[in-house]
Amino acid sequence: MIYLELFWTFLVIGIFTFGGGYAMLSLIQSEVVTNHAWITPEQFTDIVAISQATPGPVGINSATYVGYTVTHNLGYSEWASIGGSIVATLAVVLPSFIIVLLICKLYQKVKKSDLFASLMKNLRPVVIGMIAAAAGILITPQNFFHWSSWLLLAGAFICCKYLRANPIWVILAGGLIGLLIY
Amino acid sequence: MEKVSLWTLAGVFAKIGMFTLGGGYAMIPLIDREVVEKRRWLEKDEFYDILSIAQSAPGLLIVNISIFAGYRLRGRRGSVAATIGSCLPSFLIILAIALFFAGYRDNVYVDKVFKGIRPVVVALIAVPVVDMIQRSHLNIWRALLAVGTAAAIIFLKVSPILILLVLFVCFFCARYFGRRKKLKEDSGEISGYEQAEESAVEDKKKEGGV
Repeated sequence: MIYLELFWTFLVIGIFTFGGGYAMLSLIQSEVVTNHAWITPEQFTDIVAISQATPGPVGINSATYVGYTVTHNLGYSEWASIGGSIVATLAVVLPSFIIVLLICKLYQKVKKSDLFASLMKNLRPVVIGMIAAAAGILITPQNFFHWSSWLLLAGAFICCKYLRANPIWVILAGGLIGLLIY
Repeated sequence: MEKVSLWTLAGVFAKIGMFTLGGGYAMIPLIDREVVEKRRWLEKDEFYDILSIAQSAPGLLIVNISIFAGYRLRGRRGSVAATIGSCLPSFLIILAIALFFAGYRDNVYVDKVFKGIRPVVVALIAVPVVDMIQRSHLNIWRALLAVGTAAAIIFLKVSPILILLVLFVCFFCARYFGRRKKLKEDSGEISGYEQAEESAVEDKKKEGGV
């Protein structure tokens, strides 16, 4: 039953998302692309692109899109695939609900304890490594099929990092260049 | 303060959700303006408390903030309303795109566009990595831990979940034994706690290198 598998996979992803949407991308990639091989690395790259260019948090966008695509790839109908996107989105949010509501109840205690802050501080290098890996895994021969792909990578990095360009425009510019030169 | 309606709550968080882009840190000033300054639903201190907890709890920042703020204002129903508000618009937009895009996947022009976009995606994920490295002043062990994690995931196909689990275990062991040691020593500012934390990081590094 694909819904159960999707639910469980995204529940685990939700539990282990320390460090926000980009850390979640790394988890989705390892679970959905590497472990289950439900979608190809190229499909995942496209999903991340669309999730980043669309308004809304990248984690929710990609969970929804991956849920849809996984179900669709397995040969189910469009309606069933919509079901897949609902299951994935709910499952990814559910752990936050339980944990944050628990924290709300224990608010005064949690406030005094440095447990979470200390855990987070110690996790930071791992989170950095996870997100770096998410970028690294996407450097595939299919995604970088031409030397100009590397120029696009460098150009986009400089625009976002040093010129603080809006990611939406950088993605659209990349698409326009692709349309013109390939 | 009068009771906030669930619809208003969902509406305000829908607006915040729609303006969230990428990793989500850009919407913090927006929440501050909407929820604290304009509507005075939360006090400034309360907002910063929520923010610090939402950042360290697992899950997406915007979702955690919605749950926490919704709960503060209207209890459990409020947290559900705020979360639906912040997630539903992006869910619907993505679904519309997925349905539309499915028909054009094999189109030759769409293919060209995505050939240009894919390298850009790698750059967009690399930017927060570099930002985080610059902000967090890693010492040599932590830097090695970061590199080891990335290498283990990319080359050895180790699941990030496994790495996180090992780190949790090390962290809680270090904390538990560190506290006991601290009680025994009962003096000295830098007790076993700090050392144990450092050794946990080293253990983790070895694990990552295996």
